[in-house]
Amino acid sequence: MNNKTQATAPHARDRASTRSVVLSCEHLWKIYGPHPERFMAGGGKTVTASCDEVVASGDHIPAVADISFQVHRGEIFVIMGLSGSGKSTAIRCLARLVEPTSGSITLEHKDFLSASSRELIEIRRHKIGMVFQHFGLIPNLSVLENVAFPLKLQGVRAHEREERATAMIELVGLTGRESNYPRELSGGQQQRVGIARSLCVDPDLWLLDEPFSALDPLIRRQLQDEFLRIQQRLSKTIVFITHDFMEAIKIADRIAIMRNGAIVQIGTPLEIITAPADDYVAQFSGDVPHCRVITAANLMHALSDQNDSANADRLPQVDPDNTLEEILPHFATGTSQVAVVNGTGAILGTISIDRALQSMQGIGR
Amino acid sequence: MSEWHVDAFKDDDATRQSTQDKAREPSWHRVLKQLDPRMIQWLILVVAAIVCFVLADRFPAIQNYPVALTLPIQAWLNAAMEVFVDAVGPAFLLLSWLLEQAMNGIQAMLLTSPWVLTIAALSMLAYFAGNIRVAILTAAALLYMALIGYWDESMRTLALVLMSVPLAVLFGFLLGSLAFLSPRAEQVIQPLLNFMQTVPAFAYLIPALILLGFGPVVGLFVAIIYASPPFARNLLLGLKRVPSETVEAGITSGATPAQLFWQVRLRSATSTLLIGLNQTTMAALNMVIIASMIGSSADIGWEVLSTMRKAQFGESMLAGLVIVLMAITMDRITRAFAHKMGLPKSVRALGPLHRRIAGPAVTFVAVIVAIALTAYLWPALHRIPEQWIVNAAAPLNAGLNNLITTFSDQIEQLKRLIAFYFMMPLRLGLSQAISPFTWGIEFTPTLRMLYAGGATALAAFLFITGRWPLAIVAICACTVAYFGFSQIPWLVIVGLVALLAWQTGGWGSLLMSLAGMGFILASGLWPKAVLSIYLCTAAVLIAFSVGVTIGIIAARSNAVSTVIRPINDALQTMPLFVFLIPVIMVFGIGEFAALVAIFLYAVVPAIRYTEHGLRNLPASPVEAAVAMGCTPFQKLINVELPLALPEIMLGLNQTIMFSLAMLVIAALVGTSDLGQVIYTALSSANFGAGMAAGISMALIALIADRIIQCWSENRKKALGL
Repeated sequence: MNNKTQATAPHARDRASTRSVVLSCEHLWKIYGPHPERFMAGGGKTVTASCDEVVASGDHIPAVADISFQVHRGEIFVIMGLSGSGKSTAIRCLARLVEPTSGSITLEHKDFLSASSRELIEIRRHKIGMVFQHFGLIPNLSVLENVAFPLKLQGVRAHEREERATAMIELVGLTGRESNYPRELSGGQQQRVGIARSLCVDPDLWLLDEPFSALDPLIRRQLQDEFLRIQQRLSKTIVFITHDFMEAIKIADRIAIMRNGAIVQIGTPLEIITAPADDYVAQFSGDVPHCRVITAANLMHALSDQNDSANADRLPQVDPDNTLEEILPHFATGTSQVAVVNGTGAILGTISIDRALQSMQGIGR
Repeated sequence: MSEWHVDAFKDDDATRQSTQDKAREPSWHRVLKQLDPRMIQWLILVVAAIVCFVLADRFPAIQNYPVALTLPIQAWLNAAMEVFVDAVGPAFLLLSWLLEQAMNGIQAMLLTSPWVLTIAALSMLAYFAGNIRVAILTAAALLYMALIGYWDESMRTLALVLMSVPLAVLFGFLLGSLAFLSPRAEQVIQPLLNFMQTVPAFAYLIPALILLGFGPVVGLFVAIIYASPPFARNLLLGLKRVPSETVEAGITSGATPAQLFWQVRLRSATSTLLIGLNQTTMAALNMVIIASMIGSSADIGWEVLSTMRKAQFGESMLAGLVIVLMAITMDRITRAFAHKMGLPKSVRALGPLHRRIAGPAVTFVAVIVAIALTAYLWPALHRIPEQWIVNAAAPLNAGLNNLITTFSDQIEQLKRLIAFYFMMPLRLGLSQAISPFTWGIEFTPTLRMLYAGGATALAAFLFITGRWPLAIVAICACTVAYFGFSQIPWLVIVGLVALLAWQTGGWGSLLMSLAGMGFILASGLWPKAVLSIYLCTAAVLIAFSVGVTIGIIAARSNAVSTVIRPINDALQTMPLFVFLIPVIMVFGIGEFAALVAIFLYAVVPAIRYTEHGLRNLPASPVEAAVAMGCTPFQKLINVELPLALPEIMLGLNQTIMFSLAMLVIAALVGTSDLGQVIYTALSSANFGAGMAAGISMALIALIADRIIQCWSENRKKALGL
């Protein structure tokens, strides 16, 4: 595993111990240019050059440069980067829409890159669902036919695929529009079709390439909420691409920040915001109010003895998932401490007003 | 070894299974529920057509348009022409005289100046206009013309082209800018431009002959008329495409209307204009070659034709090659020029005009003077000596004859195959084509019943599975195959075309198609027109299916594409005439030769549009299809072809237009359709007959064009492209 990931993502490591790895990506490169194999070590399949060396060679561009990460079952892994950072190439490598130059991709403990073209088609049909920025709907098919299209490719019988497609259309809230054509739908509705289509084969890995970037801000927020709702029900393993830092913060379990083809930092939203790896990352996180990201669970002091527990009983109670922003009003009532209580009523710890106010400046500084 | 567990590939079975499901599932009431009004119209037409077929025996007026209802259109046209000649004849004679003087001047210059000097001068001009490559091409082409012994003929043709291009550009410029400046004028000029380009070239020659008298000026005149529309069209397009912000910037800078037109709009439209120049040049060459068949100028086109008539195929190949070289050279020079002008200023030379051309001009003059002096001293450079000329015709003739006699059996076999199994069914119908003499079997009543049953079953199957347009197509195809084009009642054809026009383009198209077909019927040319349609259909069927197949392959493979592209370029730049040489040589005279010639010319747009359509699909649905696990074949059938269909249909449109254009030229190899009517009228200078047939041909082209364009437009809109 990548050292950087270990160093900066303790939470993810915790999760790794409890959940299995679905997708693992090791030292992945995609170099565009006339002779990308030039950068590979003699005969081997590994790129040994550094990113700068490739750029310096002139006519080669490292779109993806030595990225490594793991995605665990049920996790939302967001790759965030500005345009040209290689994030779209990266997700295309994950579906082998773009063939990586070197590196390895392991999907459910099997080497994905060695799959033959036949196997690749089968994997795409059954294991991977993908959503595209510009929807990728087929204009001469109706909504129902579009959603059922992946099933048709698999040779699923007509009535069965209609049944499953109808269920998916209901899931994304488009019931009643089945016989419409893509051009008759708004952008947001079209993307709902795209989401339904990608889910109707019940994929193990769900890839979303800037799914909401082409939409208006209001519709975007609406679809983000919808997306989280669907994910709560289905618990897919997700790789989600975005250029919008706020979107990444909102939906991610973990975020990888990409720049010039390389991953700059991987971590939970909190880690990215409170401990940016460099100035580049800090530029994004600087704008985010910490009080909206830091949760009670991040802030609390665990109870040391029974005595504390008795005290804590009398304090105002907050949920571990409450953000700092939601906790602050409690202090306005005059108390100097709040208790963090989980769903079953057990007291987990307390947060003092000093701790809360200090953390407004960021944890760990 | 890979670790993936792959399910058995059962695509084919599965798809078949699912089609059957589909057939079973949407039952009758579902079909009834969503009855398409267009489908009902077609069903009514089918019923009406059946009635026509049944009644045709009893009422011949249904089968053949009654002669009593025809109008003496040809006589009217002749009378109108007489009035016109009386009124403006002298003016045209004056025009003719003026043009002739100018042309004689150019011809004399090209013919008397030393051949080496001409080669040097033209190559240098090609270099200044384009680059070193086109200069070398020019020199090589001219050298070939000199060494093969066709120097004088080539120079006469060149003079005609050099004379007609500037005049066509001027005429086109006037038409185009008039259409741009006045919307009312545009409404007249647009259809006029369409008409000028669709009326067959031969038909132009007749009025020109009458107005201008026999002489090389006729070729010049028709070339100007025929070559100006592309320039006018591109000018109009270019002017309209100038971004409004550019114009607004001009206005706010205080440009007068004249400055705005010349310095802002026109300058912004330069690149489109130069495309127009290229098309105009090629059209002029094409027309000059065609016009040579009236035999008034001893140019290279006449050389091809006369040697072809004498069956001296070696000579006509060599002369034909001159035309091909001329066409390719002119094409490359004008394109290189357009490309050069399109480059940003910084890449081109900078500075004021007189300083930029000073150096080249001095070089040019110096070289010319040097060559002129040398040629004065060494006569071989002045007139090319006889002993330098390569006599390639004789060995070529021998070789060709050898080749043809070696393969004559195979050629005959191919001709018979196509004639018996393709041409005859289309023309006379299976009902007459199948006989023991042709197919080796009798078309017994049992077989007829089987055919009818099979056709009905096919149509019914398509209909029930919800693909009614395909069902209608199947019905039409089976009917045509059974009866043949020549046996289908005129009422049925009129009804079919009218319904197509109405459904694709509304009332405007309907009226236009009815008026067009009305003209053809009234002029009494319907049977000839049907023969034209038949030949055109036969050629289009072959050219389109072959072209689309090649196009699909070329879209997938860059290697194939690189091989195909120059062949297409060459086929498309060649004047129509040249196609006939190898075709007559190999296949002799007759309908089959015509079919091959049309095929060779008309296959190009089918290839080009298919490849272009498939290569320029919106990326995201195609990528999505791959990500969903489409096999390449599934991707092609389900996503790529449906999305590219509007573009492919435009290719079909061009294929039809090209076929019709070639059809007229193919009259030379012995057809019996409208083209032949025009050709015969040309030799007897019968304006009325030639013009009526020419207009009929143009009308067929315009109606087909309108229907397909409208369909493609609707479809593109429906797909949101």
